[in-house]
Amino acid sequence: MPLGERISIKTERDEQQLFNVRAIVAALLVACALLAIVGRLYVLQIQSYDQYTELSEKNYQKRIPIPPIRGLIYDRNGVQIADNHAQYVLEVVRDSVPDLNNDGKKRWADLQLMLERVNKIVPLTEKEIRIFNQQVQRRSRHQPTPLKENMSNEEVARFAVNKLRFPGVNLERRMQRYYPLRNIASHVIGYVGRIDKRDLRRLDPENYAGTTHVGKVGIEAAHEDRLHGYTGWQTVEVNAHGKHKGSLSKTNPVGGQDLILGLDINLQIKAETLLKGERGAIVAIDPRTGELLAMASVPTFDLNLFVDGISHKNYKNLRDDPDRPLYNRALQGSYPPGSTIKPMISLAGLYEKTIWPGKRVYDPGFFQLPGHKHRYRCWHRSGHGSIDMNQAIAKSCDTYFYDMAYRMGVEKFAGYMNLFGFGEKTGIDLTSESRGLMPTPQWKKRRHQQHWYPGDTVNIGIGQGYWLATPLQLAHATATVAMRGKRIRPRVLRSVRTAKDQPETLLEPDVISHIPTQNERHWEMVINGMINVMHSDYGTARSSGENSSFIIAGKTGTAQVFGIAQNSKYDAERLAKRLHDHSLFVGFAPADNPRIAVSVIVENGGGGSKVAAPTARKIIDAYLLDRYDEPVDEEEGSEALNLTRRLAQ
Amino acid sequence: MISELLPSSVLRALQRVDLVLLAAVSLLMFMGMVTLYSASDNNTPLLYRQGMHFLAGLVLLLLFSQIQSKTLKQFAVWAYGLGLFLLLLVLWVGVTKKGATRWLSLGIHFQPSEIMKLAVPMMVAYYFAEKPLPPRFLDIIIALVLVLVPMLLILQQPDLGTSLLIALSGFFVIYLAGISWWLMGGAFAIMAISAPLMFFYGMHEYQRQRVLTLFNPEQDLLGSGYHIYQSKIAIGSGGTYGKGWLLGDQSRLDFLPERNTDFIFAVFGEEFGFLGNLFLLGLYAFIIWRGLWLASKGADTFARLLGGSLSLTFFLYLLVNTGMVSGVLPVVGVPLPLVSYGGTSILTLMTAFGMLMGLKKRKRVYQAEE
Repeated sequence: MPLGERISIKTERDEQQLFNVRAIVAALLVACALLAIVGRLYVLQIQSYDQYTELSEKNYQKRIPIPPIRGLIYDRNGVQIADNHAQYVLEVVRDSVPDLNNDGKKRWADLQLMLERVNKIVPLTEKEIRIFNQQVQRRSRHQPTPLKENMSNEEVARFAVNKLRFPGVNLERRMQRYYPLRNIASHVIGYVGRIDKRDLRRLDPENYAGTTHVGKVGIEAAHEDRLHGYTGWQTVEVNAHGKHKGSLSKTNPVGGQDLILGLDINLQIKAETLLKGERGAIVAIDPRTGELLAMASVPTFDLNLFVDGISHKNYKNLRDDPDRPLYNRALQGSYPPGSTIKPMISLAGLYEKTIWPGKRVYDPGFFQLPGHKHRYRCWHRSGHGSIDMNQAIAKSCDTYFYDMAYRMGVEKFAGYMNLFGFGEKTGIDLTSESRGLMPTPQWKKRRHQQHWYPGDTVNIGIGQGYWLATPLQLAHATATVAMRGKRIRPRVLRSVRTAKDQPETLLEPDVISHIPTQNERHWEMVINGMINVMHSDYGTARSSGENSSFIIAGKTGTAQVFGIAQNSKYDAERLAKRLHDHSLFVGFAPADNPRIAVSVIVENGGGGSKVAAPTARKIIDAYLLDRYDEPVDEEEGSEALNLTRRLAQ
Repeated sequence: MISELLPSSVLRALQRVDLVLLAAVSLLMFMGMVTLYSASDNNTPLLYRQGMHFLAGLVLLLLFSQIQSKTLKQFAVWAYGLGLFLLLLVLWVGVTKKGATRWLSLGIHFQPSEIMKLAVPMMVAYYFAEKPLPPRFLDIIIALVLVLVPMLLILQQPDLGTSLLIALSGFFVIYLAGISWWLMGGAFAIMAISAPLMFFYGMHEYQRQRVLTLFNPEQDLLGSGYHIYQSKIAIGSGGTYGKGWLLGDQSRLDFLPERNTDFIFAVFGEEFGFLGNLFLLGLYAFIIWRGLWLASKGADTFARLLGGSLSLTFFLYLLVNTGMVSGVLPVVGVPLPLVSYGGTSILTLMTAFGMLMGLKKRKRVYQAEE
């Protein structure tokens, strides 16, 4: 049969059957395809459900940090040192600014019109407008952009009254650190500043997510952990454009701890006032606990300058000031300790059996190394004659100590001085402490590629040469002597509390070590020499010890800034003030029951007995006899006192 | 009884409506409205317009269900001819939006390719109706030409998605007419080979991008991958039972784009979960099955071929849309049939269902003629 004919036959029944077969096959394919889609949905909705739920939550849940309120700082008598002040900021949410010029669109022109109208209520500077215009373009339409910071109370009030006229412009309250004492104790307190890139590397990003400021130096930095607290979190629902739609959950922040410092602000003011006009440092420690009673470094600076980012000009002025106000002399200043360390050297001599209490040395006014012609001069040019340890301390005989150091040798000498903490950080709870320098032959080799000469040992015997100590180290070593060898780590923090109505937790004294002696009575012998400095008729600081209500143990010191050539006479008149000797003093009182140990250094102040000793006496009297009120020369000093009085009430 | 209350002409008209299919379609429309209520965040004007689309669609369904197969067959040539004319007109004076010229402006903007969705299967069915089946090779070639001419015209606009869908609706007729399995297998083989060539030489850059995006949507999250990424998250996070009606985070918070129209399936999947999807797909399967069943009860060859093709095309829309939204097929602008917002698609589909019902073999009702 030809092909064409077969096809030409057309029957309804065959075609119906043909269609049915095709339709059934199609239906099966449809079923398969639908099952494939079901399989796909199974994968998405059942197998990968967790993964997509997470992605979905990531989409619409946003965690917003709630920064904790920073802990406050008080002195030991409850005077507030650091406070948080409310600061008001104007913020603009661009999307919420309405169509002001009624052109049917919310555009740039509306934003500018808004700025113009705000300007009539709260004056905006050109710089504020420029920065705002830059920032607003970079942010999402739903994110707030700051417009004006540091608003005055009047501006806040004026805007608050007109608030309803400015939809989209919000008045936000922020906490800002405030230091009511301004430039008092600024080096100890330190300051907070905006978190910068370097801070970000060490801070926990989770806990600092909402925090803008962090302690930069001083107690603010050293106790950052206690002061900061724990960030709270709010989970909000956001839409695809970042707009907040509601709150899902919230954990409250835990505020930072309040710090109560060992500092006595009245004593601090006294110390700073006494140094006014000079450059220098005073450190006062309670030897029984190691608490820092005062730490003055003069000149000082106003802390509040730093809180919101110091201006370039202000910083330049502080940085380039030849008196270096930013520099904490008490903690970072390294000075030759001079004669102030003679009591400690005496203890070293007694321990190493280089001397004994009755040992006498003849002082012709100088010391010579065997076989050398060079004369190491005593400050008393005609010499003290035959002298024992007690007198050597009281009269500050250099020859006695040249001889002792030379015979002891540098290794034993430095080793014993290390026991007092010289050459290492005291570990006080403040940042950027200097370790000073306790020189050894190894150190000299490393640092100067030179051998240690016997003359180097002779020089450190009177606290000169390479030896450098910080005023804090001196006060710490003096406190250790006062405690008869019990070395307690100095610290600024006295106690903490979680809130104003909570009980304080007092910190226990941190005893580092006990300094070994051959005989415990050696302490009394050396302290006796220090008492004679103040109260004997031959003591170098006898004028400062006169009429004291209690017995003071002290030691003067004079540190050479400038090497005086052989056989030339020191002429204070002729030398510029910068080349004058540093005036030093260390001491504690009462001698038998010490409650305060101090070190005083006045840069280029001249002899220790003339400047530093009387200053120390005033500090000790102020603290022990509550004589803070003694007339002070400077106007500002009394003003500061009145300020603290007001704050304490 | 209702029959006593209504005039007999209306009663007769209603008898021609397949109530089973109408019920299924109505249920689907109801589910669509419910989903749209959530997707559009209770956008009342939008819901009202969609309601009007459905009412208009129902009127069209009733209207076309009255048209017998032999009457409809006579329309086929006219509809096809009109469609071709309008497609040429589009190339001549069409309105251009987003780089594509698809619209004619007749007061409202209107897409002639929409006519072709019905006219092409009608025309091919019409052609085969008079020919002996299975079709001869020559007839297949002629049928192919009937399909390819409008397809190429639409491709010129350019509108790849629609042109492919229209071509497939024509191919369905050829398949149902009984094209030999060998020939069909060969055609598939050629297509499989030419697909890569097509990808590299025959596609626009944006089309190629869509295909690439399909395989790796995370690669381009801010661009074309964003739609697929977010719709997969929406569906996936729906889980077994769904987040509940009006509680879909992805759609409620604007993460899901085009959620009233092409991506409404993701809203449904997010809010009603895997079980909801099973029900929805089951309902679709039932409608497709009922459509094929009606087609097989068609009055003549034309009725069977057209009905079968319309049912399969309905399935094709479903497959392309759900495949796209669940991330297994490229993004082509195909709505989820009868659920997505949009008048044109609903009117076309309801017309098609009306036709399906009208094509069914009529029982002679002698009593009515008395």
